[in-house]
Amino acid sequence: MKSKYEPTKEGYYGQFGGAFIPELLYPNVKELEDNYLDILSSDAFQKEYKDLLQHYVGRPSPLYLAKRLSEKYGATIYLKREDLNHTGAHKINNTIGQILVAKHLGKTKIIAETGAGQHGVATATVCALMNLECVVFMGEVDIKRQAPNVARMKMLGATVIPAISGSKTLKDATNEAIRYWIQHPETYYLIGSVVGPHPYPDMVARLQAVISEEMKVQLKAQTGKENPDTIIACVGGGSNAAGAFYHYLEDEEVVLIAVEAAGLGVDSGESAATSQLGDVGVIHGSKTILMQDEYGQIVEPYSISAGLDYPGVGPLHAYLHETKRAKFMNATDQEALNAAYELTKIEGIIPALESAHALAVLPKMDLKKEQVVVVNLSGRGDKDLETYINHLEA
Amino acid sequence: MNRLHQLFQEKKNLLSIFFTAGFPNLNDTQTIISELSKSNVDFIEVGLPYSDPLADGPTIQDSSQIALQNGMNLDIVFEQLKAIKETNSTPLVLMGYLNQLLKYGEDKFCQACVDCGIETLILPDLPMIEYENHYQQLFQKYGLTNVFLITPHTSDERIQKIDSLTDAFIYVVASSSITGAQGEISNQQIAYFERIKAMNLKSNLIVGFGISDKKTFDTACQFANGAIIGSAFIKNVESTGVNGIIDFIKSIK
Repeated sequence: MKSKYEPTKEGYYGQFGGAFIPELLYPNVKELEDNYLDILSSDAFQKEYKDLLQHYVGRPSPLYLAKRLSEKYGATIYLKREDLNHTGAHKINNTIGQILVAKHLGKTKIIAETGAGQHGVATATVCALMNLECVVFMGEVDIKRQAPNVARMKMLGATVIPAISGSKTLKDATNEAIRYWIQHPETYYLIGSVVGPHPYPDMVARLQAVISEEMKVQLKAQTGKENPDTIIACVGGGSNAAGAFYHYLEDEEVVLIAVEAAGLGVDSGESAATSQLGDVGVIHGSKTILMQDEYGQIVEPYSISAGLDYPGVGPLHAYLHETKRAKFMNATDQEALNAAYELTKIEGIIPALESAHALAVLPKMDLKKEQVVVVNLSGRGDKDLETYINHLEA
Repeated sequence: MNRLHQLFQEKKNLLSIFFTAGFPNLNDTQTIISELSKSNVDFIEVGLPYSDPLADGPTIQDSSQIALQNGMNLDIVFEQLKAIKETNSTPLVLMGYLNQLLKYGEDKFCQACVDCGIETLILPDLPMIEYENHYQQLFQKYGLTNVFLITPHTSDERIQKIDSLTDAFIYVVASSSITGAQGEISNQQIAYFERIKAMNLKSNLIVGFGISDKKTFDTACQFANGAIIGSAFIKNVESTGVNGIIDFIKSIK
């Protein structure tokens, strides 16, 4: 039986999803829609995908019992170490998969959008690996904020094109990538999260699902338990959360917690807590929850974390929120910073700012000693060192 | 029969102009429409400025951003259009993005169109399947007709289907492109126009995207009922202001 958390043929999770694309993009999206499930389930794809995840990315990523963190919060806390993946985050699980899909479709040129640059780097990496041309769109503002990642992409052979429209950040980079795709229909658009028109949200969720697939096996081996009690993951667009939740969606007893970035506070006007501030609308080809004004103009979100300041969430997450299958919490900039400093000091792990948001809800939860909690540590903090240093001195 | 239908029956080589409501100034809407009417433009596309206009190029996006900064919103544009409903005789087509309609309220939006005398909508991110599943019924309730876009990559089968769904006109996108003037029309584009023309569709055809001057307009008219000029017009308004509109139109038709 098909899971109720899988999209319909038209790409709907309840009322969310679909493919709201200009006719100009129809052939591209249709080609992908017609082929992605067959490609993903083919032996050739599976063999190459798994082989690369193991030997190139370094999977399985460890499931680590964080003893001191557990002691501090009075629970049994595991960290799923996506930060140890090649290129430093979960993003590579998706780019490895999609680059193979692109190859199966015979595409030779790849385009991508990026905010903080993590997905851009992960895309440039797999393009280097596969010898494919790579063009990455990045907001002009983000290019200035994330210079090391821009340099990495260029070193990997990618062309980085600044998005100079709108607010010059992630949403505008996505707009520019889509425009370029319209003008160059021969290219493959490698989307970095569970957003965009169907079939992207489903395809990216399936490619990130390796996270929860491994968690199931690892948890059983380490604790004898089938399932954790609670899983916590941060949500910008929502790809790491989709991956961490995926194989537990139907295990209704597992509490799924999605953590959004509250920025300076949910009601401060400087926030990215989409589920709290948004309502139903269409963004980047998908019907979902998004931050908008009373006339449907998209509002620019804010977070200290460049990976979480997206004005929407993926349609699966909108559905999990609406059906209350996942609990949505949030953490402010300061709470995330505190959580990052804490993890660094007591576990010797510097998390990405995004992942620090997931850790930051631990103090807000009513935890019990025997409660098994898995926090998806989606990325490492190297890219955020400058922010961490600045705030440490302040 | 709506006014556009009548127009298509009576005239050939129709010239349509697209402008962004609220650009260059918040209150230019009525002046622009009246200048275009005086210049014998056949129908006018009123662009609802949007924060994230995916199908538009830099010129229209920039004009949209300025219009939004000027304070333009749906309430104001509907007020402006309503005020000239009785005096304006040039058919108006509204172009916007689906999210604007969704957030404003589907019925409220449609009713506002009716109140302004709008009979035709262009929503480039409204796909055919969503139209069939929901919007066709909604629009029919208000007597509104929807325009679909086709491109050089749209299959014949899909074009036939669009032809059966639309009762306004088909918007023939001149190239695989976003909006924005580009100069010449290539042989490849002409082959595409010929292919569409040879399909003998029941719908009227209007060519848009990349039509910028007399030459490109005349070429497009050989294969279609007319053409739409957008970005080139906006650039002109930007440089010469509303006073230059009549001369710009004269240079084309």
